[in-house]
Amino acid sequence: MFKGKFIDNLPKIYGTYTGGFLVFIILMAIAEQAGMSAKLIGIFFVAFTVLIYALIGYLSRTMQTDAYYVAGRQVPTVFNGMATAADWMSGASFVAMAGGIYFKGYGYMALLVGWTGGYVLVASLLAPYLRKFGCYTVPDFIGTRYGGNLARLSAVIVLTVASFTYVTAQINATGTIASVALDIPFNVAVYVGLASILMCSMLGGMRAVTWTQVAQYIVLIVAYLLPVFWISNKMGAGVFPHLMLADEVARIAELEAQFGLGSIKNSAADLKQVPKGLAGITKAHSEVNTTPWKFISLAICMMAGTASLPHVMMRYFTTPSVKSARRSVGWSLFFIFLLYSSAPMLATLSKLSLMDPNLATGIIGKSITEVQAIDWYQNWNQANLMFVSDFNGNGTLELNEFFMGGKAVVLATPEIAGLPYVISGLVAAGGMAAAMSTADGLVLAISNALSHDIYYKMINPKAETAKRLIVARVLLVLIGFAGATIAALEIQGILGSVIWAFDFAMSGLFFPLVLGVWWKRANAQGAVAGMLLGLISGTAYLIAVRNGYPGFWGVTQLTFGIIGSLVSLVSMVVVSLLTKAPDAATQRMVDEVRVPSGKTILGKQH
Amino acid sequence: MSKQQQHWEKTRMLLFITLAIWFVFSIGIFFFGAEMEASSIRPLGYPLSYYMTCQGSLGIFVILIFWFANRQEKIDEEFGYTEREDD
Repeated sequence: MFKGKFIDNLPKIYGTYTGGFLVFIILMAIAEQAGMSAKLIGIFFVAFTVLIYALIGYLSRTMQTDAYYVAGRQVPTVFNGMATAADWMSGASFVAMAGGIYFKGYGYMALLVGWTGGYVLVASLLAPYLRKFGCYTVPDFIGTRYGGNLARLSAVIVLTVASFTYVTAQINATGTIASVALDIPFNVAVYVGLASILMCSMLGGMRAVTWTQVAQYIVLIVAYLLPVFWISNKMGAGVFPHLMLADEVARIAELEAQFGLGSIKNSAADLKQVPKGLAGITKAHSEVNTTPWKFISLAICMMAGTASLPHVMMRYFTTPSVKSARRSVGWSLFFIFLLYSSAPMLATLSKLSLMDPNLATGIIGKSITEVQAIDWYQNWNQANLMFVSDFNGNGTLELNEFFMGGKAVVLATPEIAGLPYVISGLVAAGGMAAAMSTADGLVLAISNALSHDIYYKMINPKAETAKRLIVARVLLVLIGFAGATIAALEIQGILGSVIWAFDFAMSGLFFPLVLGVWWKRANAQGAVAGMLLGLISGTAYLIAVRNGYPGFWGVTQLTFGIIGSLVSLVSMVVVSLLTKAPDAATQRMVDEVRVPSGKTILGKQH
Repeated sequence: MSKQQQHWEKTRMLLFITLAIWFVFSIGIFFFGAEMEASSIRPLGYPLSYYMTCQGSLGIFVILIFWFANRQEKIDEEFGYTEREDD
């Protein structure tokens, strides 16, 4: 069917794949009409998509280092954009973001601005230069640019701390979705998720992860956009929700006033009845509800963190040229934009369908017993994601008497709005794709750094290719298991650990990476000081704040990267200036990196 | 000044312009959240503050990166630093 090389046939292959996926959705819809149970549909969706990813992973197996570490550097611009978007959009983006917007409104949107604005920094400050460098991993760049094993080791430490914090959250998310969709206990589901993740990455490394991530992007974007458009049209809110929901946003503000949002407070005793993790609507939907500094500091942390997270950066090592690395960043952000700009729309539609008494789906103002009798309420109440209680005893459900989990906005809205169950199955498959693709990228980033930078560059530089790749795979499995084990303990919520990961990465890596390209005078001593002191001070601040220290400058446990990166910048500059300037060879290397043409600094196989 | 220095000079200039635009739409305007909310400018009917966080800034970043990439390619071309196709 496909003649010629795989790379030349990509549009055809993924076109067929997308068509096949749509046919699968239609078949499931028909099966639902024919009486297939909701549970079975969910199992089919998750199992079918995961098997496809595993198949792609198997077909992409390789025994070559450049294929394993950087997908042979032949991933075309637009496809790399899709893969990066999947790599980037985690279970948190998919499952929790709309919920965050739903509950916290404007203050939460700093994350949207930060998680997109960061790509401008990636494109202009880093990606094209690191591509020209020709490194396999981010510590590979640090180690070669600054020279010395200490710099390399420090970079590996920061990378591991940041990525590991992130990956436990992703494995947690795959576990959550697998346990709901397949109806198995969470601590078993975590390992099912892990097995799926490893199937995609173990045999083919970066090459396999790339081609599964493209497939996962297609699933997750279809799964996110289809319900948003469908609900919007069903409600009569607008054919194209992104451009047409202004009336709905205004209507929510009107209803908030009518239902007395903010004027009625729940007593502490009442709130004790509410299951852990659920929240009521306490913030206005579209009002500016936070101070400028709170908004901006969070956005800054997310932006600098984006530009320092190794699993994102290493995606741009896989493009054929410097030029395509630069353009690829634009495509990545475009594909991310498609989902991020839809999340606020989903939050709006979800809130309005629950609140508006003029809609059949509205529950606020109905009698409590009536609400408690609704099918979907009972389902989600059982799943511990919804709760109502008649605090004031008047028999009707008030706005302050309705509680929901953040995940429910994405997971339950299709059902609330009266869409067929097939859509809920699709959403589960999308969430699984989002969490798996990010987990794959992260596990690979950590194990590649350990196998390439620690094992090959520091411990055993004479290792043969076959041995290096076996070590890489063993590490991949070990790290996956470590992540799953910690995920099974459920220490920190999904979103909290994701934000921490950004702060860790920013504290230790942002300035050493940027100054490595943009400041010739930066040397190894400075970089080591920057990475280690940045990471240590950021972590110390986080621990202090968690233990009751009030903090300063309004920096919270979500924005501790500001402290870490400032310490990193100052110590890096001071130490660099106090010690010897880099030698002539290093300076020439930096000059070379700044020019797109010519050979990469590091060879094709190294 | 050598060719390479000139090239870097121009590249740096482009970086500063790009970062200035980036700063305005990622940080600058959010100093004025309350003012944006009260503003009579309402893109597509949304309050300006809401619109910028949902679509406005995000869309500008997408366009900004493609614009930046085009400009940088022009600079590289001007100095003959464009990569060969077979690289």
